[in-house]
Amino acid sequence: MSARDRADAIVVGAGIVGAACAAALARDGLRVTVLDKVFASAGTTSVGMGHVVVMDDSPEQLALTTYSSRLWGELGSQLHARSEVDRCGTVWVAEDETQLDAVRAKQESYRAVGVTSSVLNRRELQEAEPHLRRDLVGGLLVPGDSVVYPPCATLDLLQVAREHGAVVREGVDVRELVANGVRCDGEMLRADVVINAAGAAAPALTPRLPILPRKGHLAITDRYPGFLRHQIVELGYLTSAHVMTTESVAFNVQPRSTGQVLIGSSRELVGWNAGFNHAILRQMLARAAHFMPMLSDLSIIRCWTGFRPATPDKLPLIGRWEPIPGLWIAAGHEGLGITTSVGSAQIIADQVAGRPTAIDASSFSPMRVFAAAAGAPT
Amino acid sequence: MSASRSVAIVIDGRAVTATEGVTVASALLDAGVTAFRSSTSGSVRGPVCGMGICYECRVTIDDVPHRRACLVVVASGMRVDTASGNA
Repeated sequence: MSARDRADAIVVGAGIVGAACAAALARDGLRVTVLDKVFASAGTTSVGMGHVVVMDDSPEQLALTTYSSRLWGELGSQLHARSEVDRCGTVWVAEDETQLDAVRAKQESYRAVGVTSSVLNRRELQEAEPHLRRDLVGGLLVPGDSVVYPPCATLDLLQVAREHGAVVREGVDVRELVANGVRCDGEMLRADVVINAAGAAAPALTPRLPILPRKGHLAITDRYPGFLRHQIVELGYLTSAHVMTTESVAFNVQPRSTGQVLIGSSRELVGWNAGFNHAILRQMLARAAHFMPMLSDLSIIRCWTGFRPATPDKLPLIGRWEPIPGLWIAAGHEGLGITTSVGSAQIIADQVAGRPTAIDASSFSPMRVFAAAAGAPT
Repeated sequence: MSASRSVAIVIDGRAVTATEGVTVASALLDAGVTAFRSSTSGSVRGPVCGMGICYECRVTIDDVPHRRACLVVVASGMRVDTASGNA
């Protein structure tokens, strides 16, 4: 079909979430058109870390990340070498005995959803990651977690969509989402299904969406092959991610296939100001060196900032947007968009097709926005 | 002008005499080494700017990787490992 033919579904935004939605809908036989204002993965997708991790900040988050992690595994050879899939696993590190109790609780909550993990004592933690500070009391190894290179994973998902007939159009400025259609700069496109997958920019098209840009800094080192074996996260990470009002940093490092070490993380609510906050960057790197002193000897070659699409209740907005016929939302994935993209996309595809979803998706419905506004319990 | 003195260094496992006071980059070039490091795609790289800006001359010095050869002065007993040694 040509790009101008009427599609069954239009996906607005070719980040990882939009790409995953396009792949899922196209696999269902829908004629899909993907529109991006700039180019595929030009936004948050290309400036974040590439975790595929199970996280248990809430039961809903645990269900969505577990489901998504399984779907990532099922993509198999549809992800090419460029996506740099590395099943390195995650090590959550505990600083003290209290956190070690939290490690055991975490293992329990993972076990309940069928996710394998093992508690590491002090010695086992040292063996797993020799550069960690020696007095850390232990940790939790989650071997099924992995790392991907998000921009290329996005291209691979779009390739899956194309193989099922989807058309990807870059440089298309979407101005308005209307009933069963999209008004672009200079043209009107019609489709039964329109999906706002514009990430942190989603509220520009659907103003009621409670998505705020939550800024983060990242740093990447030169190549030090073998320095890091797993993705490592401090147990306090979820606290840092959960508390919305304050700025915070948390230790999170990730090995890249080049041998580079990606160092995070920081969180701030400062609007769309992308400039460096040197104070928080310093705190972030000091936090990393606190857990892994040898990091101070590595050469950082680049730092940058990006914006996570954050929601007040820490859950993404996935589902039908009832005020506008045909409009669906798949946005607000905060710092977990790489992981949860594929699960979110499958939920959308199942709902569009009228099939039951594999996990309870009611908590993700964007319609909760109105219940919250009315003061009703959510 | 006084005669320059020399220091013994080791380049990629090979004992080499370098002129005292020169940079590691100079010593490597004097010893015929032009492939200092290799890029992610495997192409070899060597010094371009000679003043610490381009980062193309990075080598491992005494087990510390990614040191800029153009900014480090040779010292007696120094061990320098380059991309030439990995070939």
